[in-house]
Amino acid sequence: VSKAKTETVIELHLNGEWQTTNCRYADTLLRVLREQLGLFGAKPGCENGDCGACTVLLNGTPMKSCLILAVEAAQQKILTAEGLRGTLIQQAFVEQWAFQCGYCTPGFIMNAYALTESHPEADDALIAKWLQSNICRCTSYQEIETAVKSVLEEKHNSLRDQSG
Amino acid sequence: MIPFDFEYYRPRSVQEAVELHRQLSLQGKQPLYYSGGTEIITLGRIQAVHTGAVIDIKSIPECRMASSSDGQLTLGSALTLNEVTDSGLFPLLGETSAEIADRTSRNKITLGGNLCGRFMYREAVLPLLLAECAVELATASGGRIRVPIHQVFQQYMRLNPGELLLKVIIDERYVRMPYVTIKRRKQAAIDYPLVTIAAIQSESGIRLAFSGVCDFPFRSLAIEEAINRPGIPVESRVELAVSRLPAPIRDDIKGSADYRKWVLMNTLLDVIVWLEGGGGAS
Repeated sequence: VSKAKTETVIELHLNGEWQTTNCRYADTLLRVLREQLGLFGAKPGCENGDCGACTVLLNGTPMKSCLILAVEAAQQKILTAEGLRGTLIQQAFVEQWAFQCGYCTPGFIMNAYALTESHPEADDALIAKWLQSNICRCTSYQEIETAVKSVLEEKHNSLRDQSG
Repeated sequence: MIPFDFEYYRPRSVQEAVELHRQLSLQGKQPLYYSGGTEIITLGRIQAVHTGAVIDIKSIPECRMASSSDGQLTLGSALTLNEVTDSGLFPLLGETSAEIADRTSRNKITLGGNLCGRFMYREAVLPLLLAECAVELATASGGRIRVPIHQVFQQYMRLNPGELLLKVIIDERYVRMPYVTIKRRKQAAIDYPLVTIAAIQSESGIRLAFSGVCDFPFRSLAIEEAINRPGIPVESRVELAVSRLPAPIRDDIKGSADYRKWVLMNTLLDVIVWLEGGGGAS
């Protein structure tokens, strides 16, 4: 232990590319994504781990970026809303009108994307359990659930067609 | 944003962590062991916690253990709550933990963090109290001690300065006992509890541990004696049990003391009927 060192340089594997940035050890990943790297998909809502608007994927797992220090994510794979390009869940949110103001949408989409990728057979209980991690003040919950189910159904049909 | 700076260390061994803590303490940096870190981040943001250095224990293999051997289950303090649940190693602990916060947050909140945290509910301790588990601690001097959880958890985890919770060790006999865990909230699906009860049906009777009822989680032998008293209707046993609470019932914005008492009595009834009716999961 030497004299106080409160800043560092970290490498993040961000949306498929390596990025290097400076940060304070005390900076959350949310702050670094937005203020150092110019990625505004992860939204600051409560910054208390309650609302889920800042959800990103860390090695494929949903993580509230306000609850993780950027330094903890060093050398890890991070996926933000900007890294999703033309996914089924994005299209489903549009088709099902699964948002109103849209502020919570990137967080919901990241969580829903992880759910549909990791649990293509998810039942109603599992879907509810996962979606409880995010809050929508416009109360688009029904449409969001419908969007998730439509993706699961599409994946299911696609698998059936491939096997049949 | 956390409005103060701190240093960050990520040791790879217990010895390294303890030595870091010792040196940083000598430098007056008031170091904190950091596992999930959710409380340090959220309370740090509002300056309810302050530290000059955090020591992240997630790279210490012992703190990440999840193993079963020789009739003992070992769970590291840096396992996330979802890892504990998804491992299926201790279903009562897994199901109780699965009601803490929300699914995404549980990817970050750890077992050790919940046990040692400042928030009073600490529901992950309930199954551990019922199972009379042991906890292994690294001491500030670099030694190790293994102590019964009842010795170190009295209302909250009473660690000495510099001590680090490494893991919990559970006798697997308890893992296989019938159990039930119920969390009752005021309204929302995600919230702190009005009442959480975890219970097992052991050879000697029903064991019960509570969170949300008083200002701290607890297991009470006096309550268990009342609940297991033979030849008395279940409603009378519940009334007797509730008269033996170790502290006043909480009275706050989530529920008045009277309301909590009503919820507690009904939840206790559900638990007892469930277990005595042979409905407990196992």
